Amino acid sequence: MIDPREVLDTLRMIDLEKLDARAITLGISLLGCVSDDSARLCQRVYDTVTRRAERLVAVGESIEREFGVPIVNKRISVTPVALISGAIPDPTPVAFALDNAAKTTGVHFIGGYAALAQKGMTTADRALIESLPDALSQTERVCAAVNVASTRAGIDMDAVALCGRAIKELSIRTAGSGGFGCAKLVVFANAVEDNPFMAGAFHGPGEGDLAVNVGVSGPGVVKRALEEVRGRPCDEVAERIKRTAFRVTRVGQMVAMEAARRLDAPFGIVDLSLAPTPAQGDSVARILEEIGLEVCGGPGSTAALALLNDAVKKGGVMASSHVGGLSGAFIPLSEDIGMIEAAASGALSIEKLEAMTCVCSVGLDMVAIPGGVTAETISAIIADEAAIGVVNNKTTGTRLVPVPGKAAGDWVEFGGLFGRAPILPVREYSAAAFINRGGRIPAPLTGVRN
Amino acid sequence: MDDNITAGLYSSRRRDSAAVVTVLGRDRKGIIAKVSAALYEHGANILDLSQTVLDDMFNMVMLVDIGDTDFNAVQTRLEALGRDIGQQIRIQRGEIFDAMHRV
Repeated sequence: MIDPREVLDTLRMIDLEKLDARAITLGISLLGCVSDDSARLCQRVYDTVTRRAERLVAVGESIEREFGVPIVNKRISVTPVALISGAIPDPTPVAFALDNAAKTTGVHFIGGYAALAQKGMTTADRALIESLPDALSQTERVCAAVNVASTRAGIDMDAVALCGRAIKELSIRTAGSGGFGCAKLVVFANAVEDNPFMAGAFHGPGEGDLAVNVGVSGPGVVKRALEEVRGRPCDEVAERIKRTAFRVTRVGQMVAMEAARRLDAPFGIVDLSLAPTPAQGDSVARILEEIGLEVCGGPGSTAALALLNDAVKKGGVMASSHVGGLSGAFIPLSEDIGMIEAAASGALSIEKLEAMTCVCSVGLDMVAIPGGVTAETISAIIADEAAIGVVNNKTTGTRLVPVPGKAAGDWVEFGGLFGRAPILPVREYSAAAFINRGGRIPAPLTGVRN
Repeated sequence: MDDNITAGLYSSRRRDSAAVVTVLGRDRKGIIAKVSAALYEHGANILDLSQTVLDDMFNMVMLVDIGDTDFNAVQTRLEALGRDIGQQIRIQRGEIFDAMHRV
């Protein structure tokens, strides 16, 4: 029998603590669309996506209404486009086809304008990376990703160099919106094939025709639960996070199963990530502060985040039949009110953020940097993040937004879920000679596991 | 119970008709009567009910079986009733509570 106290508990979590399913993402394979005729390829891509995802938004909304759990985003991820554009010279038209398909189906973002270039670039990979400034500045809803490194393959420094130049160019092309185009591009190491979160979502080549992947959230619920164990030892903090993560994940699992059933598509995974939003009470930084830091970014931040990240995984893993995606705590700077304030007060630097990415999911995410930073410096930051991912056998991503015409300390406003951020200073010591070497950084010994 | 929940979570064919109605607002006469009547009109069966009035705030949790009734129709009706009588009324499928509070 359902206990009235439990009912009120659930309502409190949803109403006051902002428990929600952050995203239902429908993964769609485009491998069947291949053609050496650009127009035909684009038509097939558009038709496949709009047919497969026809009911996605309606189904998401019906689950939201009937179960009373907000589902913040309904999204689509597709096969990395470079895998289907090998027979055409320029992949940009595919981006337009995806953008139109997103508009037709009513999703805000479609991910998968992507290349997997961790060990080397095919002609298609190179063409796709070079097309990023065009494709992302002229589309609205398309998100892109490039995997430039893996623990097995090492780091493709040619791809890293190319990505730095693409980001720089893209920021200039989208100068009118503060370089916003760059917010739609993630450069990964060890990218996962079933990530439901944008901007880095794509439907990996190892996936089936369709997959329903769900990202849960609930930083507010965790923060509230920790208020009850103030001053208690860290073991109790970890236990409390685990219990809360378990409940949150069960909601995600339920939403995922229901969405899969209603969409008649296979359930893929639940992603256990704690994903913040710029809203008050929905912040990962605030959890770290509740654990005992005066401000996120100060000494102790990495250890507190490690505790949080591990406990979330341990609590969530029992609650879902398939855990996947990125599964960890996100620390996107402009999308987390606590991070924004910490950066504005000077407590949080790029270097400390980089350290924190060693122990959580993703990486330097939604970090605004001065517009004057060179392409080589951007590449060097990407390489640093990639090295953390490669050596520690984990996913890292870099989503830097160089803001044209702005300097450290200025602010940039992206709006909506992308939030706003102070521009962080970047150390202006050149790594150009390193980046210009190109080639590959060999896979580390940790990658030789057989 | 546990078996049912497991079946509920992992079966792709499940169709559970249990739902929870919660009513919250300033206390006044006839709230239970009106909510029950609306549920009755839609063929829903009340299985359990818990109600408290604290500091003049009315608070009710009802477990109902909505059978084959169209969920959206009951929901629309209850929300309209809520606006009429100045209460916040919502109905949610029961699985969400099972998922959060039962292993």
